[in-house]
Amino acid sequence: MAGYVVRRVLQMFLLMFLLSIVVFFLFNLLPGDPARLTCGKACTPEIIEANRHRLGLDEPPLTQYVKFVSAIFVGRTFSPDSPAPIICDAPCLGYSFNRHEQVMTLITQAAPVTFWLAIGAFILWITAGISLGIFAALNHGRWPDRLVMTISLIGYSLPAFFLGLLLIFFVIIKWQMLPFPAYVSPFDNPVQFLQTMILPWIVLATLNTAFYMRLTRNQVLETFGDDYVRTARAKGLPERTVVVKHALRAGLTPIVTAAGLDLAVLLGGAIISENIFSLPGLGALAVNSVTDSDLPLIAGITLVTASIIIVANLVVDLLYAVVDPRVRLG
Amino acid sequence: MRQDVSRKPEPYLSVSDLVVRFPTEDGIVHAVEGVSLSVARGKTLAIVGESGSGKSVTAQAIMGLIDRKAASVSGEVWLDDEELVAMPDDAVRRLRGLKMAMIFQDPMSSLHPFYRVGAQLIEAALVHQSLSKSDARSLAIEMLRRVGIPGPERRVDDYPHQLSGGMRQRVMIAMALINSPALLIADEPTTALDVTVQAQIIELIATLQAASDTAVILITHDLGIVADVADDVVVMYGGRLVEAAPTQRLYYHPEMPYTLGLLTSVPRMDRERADRLDPIPGNPPSAINLPAGCVFFPRCTYSDRVPDGACASRNPDLIATEPGHLVRCHLPSEERRQIANNVLGSLVGGPG
Repeated sequence: MAGYVVRRVLQMFLLMFLLSIVVFFLFNLLPGDPARLTCGKACTPEIIEANRHRLGLDEPPLTQYVKFVSAIFVGRTFSPDSPAPIICDAPCLGYSFNRHEQVMTLITQAAPVTFWLAIGAFILWITAGISLGIFAALNHGRWPDRLVMTISLIGYSLPAFFLGLLLIFFVIIKWQMLPFPAYVSPFDNPVQFLQTMILPWIVLATLNTAFYMRLTRNQVLETFGDDYVRTARAKGLPERTVVVKHALRAGLTPIVTAAGLDLAVLLGGAIISENIFSLPGLGALAVNSVTDSDLPLIAGITLVTASIIIVANLVVDLLYAVVDPRVRLG
Repeated sequence: MRQDVSRKPEPYLSVSDLVVRFPTEDGIVHAVEGVSLSVARGKTLAIVGESGSGKSVTAQAIMGLIDRKAASVSGEVWLDDEELVAMPDDAVRRLRGLKMAMIFQDPMSSLHPFYRVGAQLIEAALVHQSLSKSDARSLAIEMLRRVGIPGPERRVDDYPHQLSGGMRQRVMIAMALINSPALLIADEPTTALDVTVQAQIIELIATLQAASDTAVILITHDLGIVADVADDVVVMYGGRLVEAAPTQRLYYHPEMPYTLGLLTSVPRMDRERADRLDPIPGNPPSAINLPAGCVFFPRCTYSDRVPDGACASRNPDLIATEPGHLVRCHLPSEERRQIANNVLGSLVGGPG
């Protein structure tokens, strides 16, 4: 197990290193001049060149990359020789000249919103998806199964933007059951937090719930036909033990993998849901950074969200090893 | 169902007129049609037949492992003094593993991959016996030792994937016998194993059977194994029992043409290569549309000797040709014996 963990962690660092190279070269060396983007319409070639020098964009690519990476660990000061140097603190992912703010600060402001959004939706869809999936599998071929599968199909075919607008129109505008969404931290005002988040959670969880109902049902049905489940029955175990301890234990394990990665994707920002409900999360920030061509910000968000997925991948693999001895002791 | 105590059968297990049908979208699958068999303690009954003959379904029906929501099961299964078909599911469940146990074909997939061998053995013991955890563990280690697993104190903490196929089948046997059941059903226990391991497993089952006077049902298509260990043999074809006899009798005086075909399908190393195998022509019948007449008729090479095309129109009854020797065939008894003598005689005599 220890060897497996070490190997996986080393792999993760290698992947992160490659990620930093890809992100850096994608955003700093592609056609399109980052220096040109630092000033507005009244730009002169002289200002662009001056900015290029201030940002270090006139240096060789390798030097630029080393500075880009080292900034993450030790911070960075842009144009140190000018009268107004720009200081970017230790985990420095760059500086947004559009917003005159460190990229890291922008991300840490948006991250909690996305975090709460993703976690809430995750809990919703895991609970609903897995329990309904198991329920359908246990009633395989009978009406509860068909009902659950129909619900799943409907969930699949409801686009998030449509469902979101529908909920806003009826729940908030027509029936006035909830106030208009305005994000607050759950620690400042838990009630308003819940009132704001409940609809986005539902919208975000719907598609995944539909998916997990189907996934769980099929997984569990598959294990019901497995030989070791028949062995468990042949031992004379009560049906409940057969289902929970033998069939579900094996059937739900692959779902750990899927769930971990799906959560990671959501943690990178839920673009549609955040926009519909005007939640200032990573998804909304990403969209804005793209429409503004705010290259340092785009690069920063890409790096962060990709890292989340890499880390989640590692966590999922380690969890799987804990659950499945064949991976652990292979 | 137990109104009449006097009809308690003497064999430990006695199955009569067992019928298992699965309704499917394509029609009703007649998996088992009117099978009767019995086995006493200390005895071994072999059920022989090719894939799809209904032998595994018969075993699962005896064990109560057929999902009654998906199939209709009728007939009677008497285990000791209890009738199982009419018994509620949960009552049958309490007998499974306690009075009757089963091991399966593929030991690779029959053990749960996530639980230690010991945990799976202990679980099997604790369903039926009230033991402390540590006593159950000692029992598990003792069982592993009895089935010949070296270093059982260490192996008890292994996961199934850390054991070889033969070892896993030994674990399955240990698990099946942990509550000392009086009936053990072994469903093709050696089919998935290396040839060198097969004999060991069969021998192990026989040894343990002798030690605790267990009734054994051995399901197999390997006639070599049958000759070694079985006291009685029933031959199944198309969900029906087509011949039943004591082992010696069946080997030396088979009467049903299908049994004859099975016996001559065993490769003969004393023959020229081209003559070593005598396969039965054709394929087993579909269990959905059983032929109106004899199930074996489409593949039978002797049916033209039966007058009036009876083989095609009427299913022959299972008739005793000798006490304890049942045959389902329209051919007259003398004719069957003559055919068998010719076929087997040519085998025994070899070429020329």
